[in-house]
Amino acid sequence: MAKGEAKRQGKITGAQAVIASLEAEGVEVVFGYPGGQAIQMYDALYDSKQLRHVLARHEQGAVHEADGYARATGRVGVALVTSGPGATNTVTGIATAYMDSVPIVVVTGQVPRSVIGTDSFQESDIVGITMPVVKHSFLVKSAADIARTFKEAFHIASTGRPGPVLIDVPSDIAAQTVSFSYPETANIPSYRPTYKGNARQVKAAAKLVSQAAKPVLYVGGGVIASGASDLVCRLAREYRIPVVTTLMAKGAVPASEPLNYGPIGMHGSKYGNRALNRSDVIIAVGARFSDRVTGNPEKFAPHAAVIHIDIDPAEIGKVRAAQVPIVGDASTVLASLLDELDAKGVKPDTQAWIAQLDEWREEFPILEKGADAYPGLIVPEVALAALSGMLDPHGSIVVTEVGQNQMWAAQFIDREEPRTFLTSGGLGTMGYGLPAAIGAAIALPDKQVVLVAGDGSLQMNSQEMATAAVYGANVKVVVLDNRALGMVHQWQRLFYEGRYSATELADNPDFVKLAEAYSWQAERVDAPEQVEAAFTRMLAAEGPYLIDMRIDRDQSVFPMVPTGASLAEAIGAVGV
Amino acid sequence: MNENKHVLSVLVENKSGVLSRVIGLISRRGFNIDSLSVGPTEDPSRSRITIIVDADTEAYEQIVKQLNKLVCVYKLQDLTNDAYIERELVLFKVNAPAERRSEVIEVANLFRASIVDVGASSLTIEATGSQSKLEGLEELLGAYGIKEITRTGKIAISRNSKEA
Ligand SMILES: Cc1ncc(C[n+]2csc(CCOP(=O)(O)OP(=O)(O)O)c2C)c(N)n1
Repeated sequence: MAKGEAKRQGKITGAQAVIASLEAEGVEVVFGYPGGQAIQMYDALYDSKQLRHVLARHEQGAVHEADGYARATGRVGVALVTSGPGATNTVTGIATAYMDSVPIVVVTGQVPRSVIGTDSFQESDIVGITMPVVKHSFLVKSAADIARTFKEAFHIASTGRPGPVLIDVPSDIAAQTVSFSYPETANIPSYRPTYKGNARQVKAAAKLVSQAAKPVLYVGGGVIASGASDLVCRLAREYRIPVVTTLMAKGAVPASEPLNYGPIGMHGSKYGNRALNRSDVIIAVGARFSDRVTGNPEKFAPHAAVIHIDIDPAEIGKVRAAQVPIVGDASTVLASLLDELDAKGVKPDTQAWIAQLDEWREEFPILEKGADAYPGLIVPEVALAALSGMLDPHGSIVVTEVGQNQMWAAQFIDREEPRTFLTSGGLGTMGYGLPAAIGAAIALPDKQVVLVAGDGSLQMNSQEMATAAVYGANVKVVVLDNRALGMVHQWQRLFYEGRYSATELADNPDFVKLAEAYSWQAERVDAPEQVEAAFTRMLAAEGPYLIDMRIDRDQSVFPMVPTGASLAEAIGAVGV
Repeated sequence: MNENKHVLSVLVENKSGVLSRVIGLISRRGFNIDSLSVGPTEDPSRSRITIIVDADTEAYEQIVKQLNKLVCVYKLQDLTNDAYIERELVLFKVNAPAERRSEVIEVANLFRASIVDVGASSLTIEATGSQSKLEGLEELLGAYGIKEITRTGKIAISRNSKEA
């Protein structure tokens, strides 16, 4: 039915109901890409005064942009695409958000119901294809269901353990007419996350903490999702408990906090990994004992009793048995744990333990080499440490691509606040960084958004440079250009006798010209003494800016715990 | 009984795609399904899936937790360690030339199975009951030559005594 006709009847179309639902959810930005089966939704979007549409240059970019928007703000990110290839192009973005528990809603157009299942033009079973990588998904079967479906989708995406939700909207439903009213609440009897921790377990946890001699707070991305940073810091400071953070939790505890013993895992610091491995009580909060953290789980922290706090019951005991399992929201549980500890009035005596950790931190600094380690060459660790010092600690967001660039950024760029370090941790998606940075910059235009990229990853979604240019997204890109798929190259150097199969990117484009072609400002830096001045120019510039920073191909990320080894077996640039 | 065997009764939304969500999750995480059956319940908006899986304790705990996380799952009941009744319906098509037909019928009767179709040289027998009963019947019928077997998969329900 035509829009005008529907309006005369006091009704709106399904497509308009989709847009009205997004408006009712308070959505301000939609990242997307149109097509035949989404054209009606795009037509309805044309009239919206509330929604700003950002036209990505590829649907994968649109989903990562929505993801970056969500991670930077804590709000649900939204992507809108068409059926068939538009929908299948979202899969990597959805899987990336799923692995890192990021709340996004992806709306896909679908062929009309009458031809679903007939291999009609641009039909893909996107609900089926994405089933393993969504928190939940919907195929809308009637325009009358649109409002309720959107209410439920946003509720599911943003509560409990957050995650991506997909809504598939057949185009005949977009054309139906419906009287629209948006529900106040979502009522899903089969979906009731647990927020409050079991009181008995919280007591048991308090007892274990107060008796610990070598406790460690092992903090994961769940702390950021829950907004529990302040409570973690309070627990650490008041009860003198050292903290280590996973890649996903970078920023959850300020880098300047002396009790923060920094990044752990495959490329974590030796002192952080050792602290975790030799602890007697691990308080895991919103962390999942990922294989990138534990190394060989059989040999991981052999003497530790584990208190495991997570909103997802399936994470507890999945990898490591927990002596005290607590299902609940990190903030809620930590608040009750603090109450319990405060009431008890006993603090663990951790003075000797902290002194020991400080000794290790002195002995095994994460920056092992100085600027003079490679005369005449830009040392990426040194360059990023310099960048770290130049960023506004409270007004910047750092985003990474995947590979060495990501690990160096995690190691050498300090973060003081949650939601200021965005990286694809679980899926390790090359091509995530640029669009995620754009999403963050569009969400928070007043922040410095800096992307640390590799020359390989940047080329996976470089078309999004156009998106940044068109929408004036204030992204600053530092390409650590080693003309290689550096991380894989490193593995080949270390474990495959330097047989560099398919990891050397000899024929890269000229990134400066490429950026300029998209109306970005750009420059090349190939000597160490030029680095800081280039960073200064980049940070002072208006709008998108790229530095093509030439680094040596044979640089490695250290320390490194080889896959399957125990955390005690890290290898480094200097023998330990 | 195999100690790794678990009988799960899963109450789900009666909607398209729900079965593939449940099965997909189990297979994706590398667990084996021994038997599965699905049908509507007393409430038409809900279906019950009975799943029998073979998994050690840890793997089994993961399956249960992961299934519970599915938004389409209302309730999950583990019947394994409770008193429960388990049934399966099996259809056997057995060779039965005229001269041996009465023998086959006698075997079926012994097992309270019924003859549901008669052909020139074969009989189709419907049997229901516990696993051991059905295995016993299958063994005896084997002597005559079984041409085809089809089964519903097991369904299970807790015993009434549990409610008391
Ligand atoms: C989409 C995708 N394909 C392949 C990989 C495997 N992989 C991991 S790191 C890496 C190299 C990344 O190279 P680059 O972006 O240049 O970064 P560098 O390691 O050199 O900093 C590759 C190929 C991946 N993580 N993601």
